[in-house]
Amino acid sequence: MTEKRAGTPTSPHVALFVTCLVNLFRPSVGFAALKLLQDAGARVEVPLEQTCCGQPAYNSGDRTDAIAIARQVVETFERFDYVVAPSGSCAGMIKRHYPELLSDDPALASRAKALAAKTYELTSFLVEVLGVIGVDAQFPATVTYHDSCSSLRELNISDAPRRLLAGVDGLTLKEMDEREVCCGFGGAFAVKYPEISTTMAEAKIRNIAASGATCVLAADLGCLLHLAGRLSRDGSPITCRHVAEVLAGMTETPALGQPQKPE
Amino acid sequence: MADASKAAPTLSFRESAAEALADQDLQRALLNVKRGFIAKRAKARDKLPEFAQLRDEAKAIKDHTLAHLDLYLDAYERKVIESGGKVHYAPTATDARDIVLRLCRDAGARLVTKGKSMVSEEIGLDDHLEAAGIEVAETDLGEHILQIRGDRPSHIIAPVIHLNKETIAADFTRAHKGLPPDRPLGTVPDLVAEARAVLREKFLGADVGITGANLLIAETGSSVIVTNEGNGDLTETLPVTHIVLASIEKLVPTLEDAATVLRLLARSATGQEITTYTTFATGPARVGDPDGPRAYHVVLLDNGRSAMLGSEFHDMLRCIRCGACLNHCPIYGAIGGHAYGSVYPGPMGAVLTPALYGIDQARDLPNASSFCGRCEEVCPMAIPLPALMRKWRERDFDRGNPPFQQRLALKGWAFLAKRPRLYHALSGLVMPALARLAGGDGRFRHFPLAGAWTGTRDLPAPEGETFQARYRKGHAKP
Repeated sequence: MTEKRAGTPTSPHVALFVTCLVNLFRPSVGFAALKLLQDAGARVEVPLEQTCCGQPAYNSGDRTDAIAIARQVVETFERFDYVVAPSGSCAGMIKRHYPELLSDDPALASRAKALAAKTYELTSFLVEVLGVIGVDAQFPATVTYHDSCSSLRELNISDAPRRLLAGVDGLTLKEMDEREVCCGFGGAFAVKYPEISTTMAEAKIRNIAASGATCVLAADLGCLLHLAGRLSRDGSPITCRHVAEVLAGMTETPALGQPQKPE
Repeated sequence: MADASKAAPTLSFRESAAEALADQDLQRALLNVKRGFIAKRAKARDKLPEFAQLRDEAKAIKDHTLAHLDLYLDAYERKVIESGGKVHYAPTATDARDIVLRLCRDAGARLVTKGKSMVSEEIGLDDHLEAAGIEVAETDLGEHILQIRGDRPSHIIAPVIHLNKETIAADFTRAHKGLPPDRPLGTVPDLVAEARAVLREKFLGADVGITGANLLIAETGSSVIVTNEGNGDLTETLPVTHIVLASIEKLVPTLEDAATVLRLLARSATGQEITTYTTFATGPARVGDPDGPRAYHVVLLDNGRSAMLGSEFHDMLRCIRCGACLNHCPIYGAIGGHAYGSVYPGPMGAVLTPALYGIDQARDLPNASSFCGRCEEVCPMAIPLPALMRKWRERDFDRGNPPFQQRLALKGWAFLAKRPRLYHALSGLVMPALARLAGGDGRFRHFPLAGAWTGTRDLPAPEGETFQARYRKGHAKP
């Protein structure tokens, strides 16, 4: 690829962990993440050997496969200075769960710990490690921000995305009530118990609507696919986007689940 | 494994959950959990700057006690005997029921009053005593309501959280005989006054009083109960015989330790600094005591708990039954307690129920969680509830319990995830095809084999080519 604003050789060498949902459903989030990292001076690489962090297997009780996938991620990503994912959930998996998951093999466990220490969710990496204080973007809309449970409780992230959004021209952030409550996605939970999952989405959507926002932003595509899917089924005009798209000023792509061209 | 003859989950979780979601009265009642408990706990925690430190201390106390449980049980028993009481060990629920029945018979009991006890619910005690011809009167207001309804608790500290006061008024009108049918029962004070009058007769006539215990103290041989109604005190002190029914993990070493746990318990449960009544019972009445029972028995229930010691589920034995994890659980908040089909619902129940009755009996409970982590965050004993639920999922998966289609999807995904080249080749073909299939619509309303998603939600369509495909082609920007 052509790296117009790539960093110098002394810049931190960052691997982008694309995440499977971004890779499959929403590549523009990946390009937005690339742009944000490069604009902040990072040298970014996207290893081709990556697939998934193994969370579906891990949370479904398939420990054997989860270990195999985690081992593969450690091997692929340990050579970088940092690993950054546009997802609190996948970053949380590597940061909080790999060390335990790989604890049976002492050598691998210490490598997993080392990887965990340099793995970050995108917005927190931009703010806390690269020291980004502003972005060059505009998004004239009233938005609300949905904290994913993994960002909030596994990684203790809530300020970083909001600080970055504060620098977006035209954007007004309205916080919703019960910010800390789960939206009901929960990975496979969303399809194992769809009625409960959807009831939780409805509760979240009531709070979103009451905030007055016309667009929901979040750092996790799982929550967003779930919320966008329910909003669209309800016929709601509220749209969903990944926060990276807005921060990178890359919002030409229709919002999640929205038609390609205006009807 | 514990004795599963009574109180084991019997209903299908999915069916019960679907019913609960459609039950408008229940949904209205569940809002009280959100509006009441959560705000009250947050306020109580904020007023106690050392809350986190207290949590660490309490966890250390429980960890230490569990590591030396045999020693503390011995010490506790010696103290109970010293103070004139007796300790009875019940390995299973059946043993506990039989012991309590025998003690009641020995006391010549016709009427037994009871304080609120989840262990008694766990072993199905009321039915057992009633079947033997002994009248049982639940004296906790919530439990009294459940008893006259033939209902089950839906919350471990607020057993009738699923009911509204109109329903309860109708139950009182029906069940409390000999009162004017048109008496006013429209307000909560009306209901409380009537229950108080009805229960007074029971308190005065009871031959045996049975209570649970929030804590047992090894140093003194005391049992501790916390209540807000005072019914526990009357149950303990008025009858000739007091039976304490408690599970073995309720033990703490000292009075000081009990104080530490109590400070967390009330705040986590109801947001109170301390409950209205905190009652310590140590043996029967001594010579010169103006009141109190003549006989004091403690029935210590194991029912699967000692098998949890040192196991993957060891941490669960720290639980003090405050109910904070239920109150903060969005799944509990959506379906209520009955849907879990267990005496112990919510996150703590999702870990404990399979330990008591087996994972095959309760596989939905640890699976029906989005792992949002709020339960662990609010747990005053720092129990890693999601991690423990995941351990149950692992056992469930190893036993081949998940439905075939789920296992197939999971294994198929893992197969590809372990083979990056195949994964990228396949996803590079499939995703653009899906995008074309969606056309300009941007979403799917139905999708083959994805009914579990599209039954209640649209599926946003993929953009087209995968990120990797576009990136490899050298597109720096879309």
